[in-house]
Amino acid sequence: MPPTSHDSGEPRDRPALLEARGLAYARNDEPVFGPLDFTLHPGEVVLVEGDNGAGKTTLLRVLSGLLAPTSGEIRLAGEPLTLARLSPQVALLSHANGLKPELTAIENLRFAAGLLGLRSGLSPTTVLAGVGLAGYDDVPTRKLSAGQKKRVALARVLLAPVGLWLLDEPYANLDRDGIQLVNRLLENHANRGGAALITSHGAYAYTSGTPRRIPLRADANRSRA
Amino acid sequence: MRSGSTTAACAALVRRDLTLVWRRRGDAANPILFALIVVALFPLALGPEPEQLRRIAAGVVFVAILLAGLLALDTLFRSDYEDGSLEQLVLSPHPLSLLLACKIAVHWFTTALPLIIVSPLLGELLHLAEPLRGLLPLALLLATPLLSLLGAVCVALTVGMHRSGMLLALLVLPLYVPVLIFGAGACNAAQAGLPFAAPLLWLGAALVLALVLAPLACAAALRISLS
Repeated sequence: MPPTSHDSGEPRDRPALLEARGLAYARNDEPVFGPLDFTLHPGEVVLVEGDNGAGKTTLLRVLSGLLAPTSGEIRLAGEPLTLARLSPQVALLSHANGLKPELTAIENLRFAAGLLGLRSGLSPTTVLAGVGLAGYDDVPTRKLSAGQKKRVALARVLLAPVGLWLLDEPYANLDRDGIQLVNRLLENHANRGGAALITSHGAYAYTSGTPRRIPLRADANRSRA
Repeated sequence: MRSGSTTAACAALVRRDLTLVWRRRGDAANPILFALIVVALFPLALGPEPEQLRRIAAGVVFVAILLAGLLALDTLFRSDYEDGSLEQLVLSPHPLSLLLACKIAVHWFTTALPLIIVSPLLGELLHLAEPLRGLLPLALLLATPLLSLLGAVCVALTVGMHRSGMLLALLVLPLYVPVLIFGAGACNAAQAGLPFAAPLLWLGAALVLALVLAPLACAAALRISLS
């Protein structure tokens, strides 16, 4: 099935960056979340809220394309997401930071830039300074604290030339400054037309403006099973 | 905004993996030491008669290198899986099979190639017959990439499990046996003065097939392991 109006140049109204319709995921016939319907437009930051075990991480993994949804459909910028061809428009920050402990912070970022490309006007050094780690270029990542590692991982997300950020617990391990940093990064990203979906168990929520929320409930899923 | 080219991505991956091997160079010597120990034990167990050792030399070197490669196989994706880099690799906009082919190539280059380089020494420990001195490294040059490619598919399948070592060996060994038979068979045929081209050509044909298919299978298996 060909995507609609794919070849007609710029569509009149910009399609939603992310569109989920009837999205549900079940592990071994036990529903984890869903069905969910939501859209994410450029400039939006949406908070996925839920207790531990409510399926927040699973939702992000499904949206990134790492997991195939049990039912429903995901469209990224109007095109359906398939496992065979993942979208180059998503950056995922997951619990595992995806950093090599033996490599320095800057080496990790250079690799990410090589793999995912580089947002124009940015370089690994400037981005590292931007997350408050100026001067840590040549420190092996294993010597960094958990919060500093999180900052390097955020720098990796920042580098990638993508419109959609999927951030799993971006506030975890961060100090007060770090939390403000995440909020600032999200705000900037939204202002330049990007969108972000972030998870939080509620402790440190996105504070700038009033983000839309997608509530996930662990109990509701279990009782339906 | 620009997305990097696939060539740049492969180059970045190769550079990163080589850097990592260099930073963990202590581990990189393990397969060589293992193969050396295995081969050195044979004369001790069988006695030092050159004739007896010469008869089994090629086969023993082949088996030692195969097992050493098996020992190093699990490291192919293990650390990438544990620290989340594998997710980033899967999520990159580039063909996963191509990136994995680069990873497998680096792994072969850093684990199997050193073994091939020391194989004349291993042969010497067992009085390897004169006509086999050139043939054994050649057979290994064809066989070890095949072992790496076949092994990578099995590692990709088992990387999501804890303590997958035994399962990996069970999966891999049936695939390794034909490679061993053809590789060591070529050497044995040459030692007996028989034509040995056919088994080598079979190895070459299998290698070409694996070069094309194994990275694709590996990519599919990794996607399953990550879900």
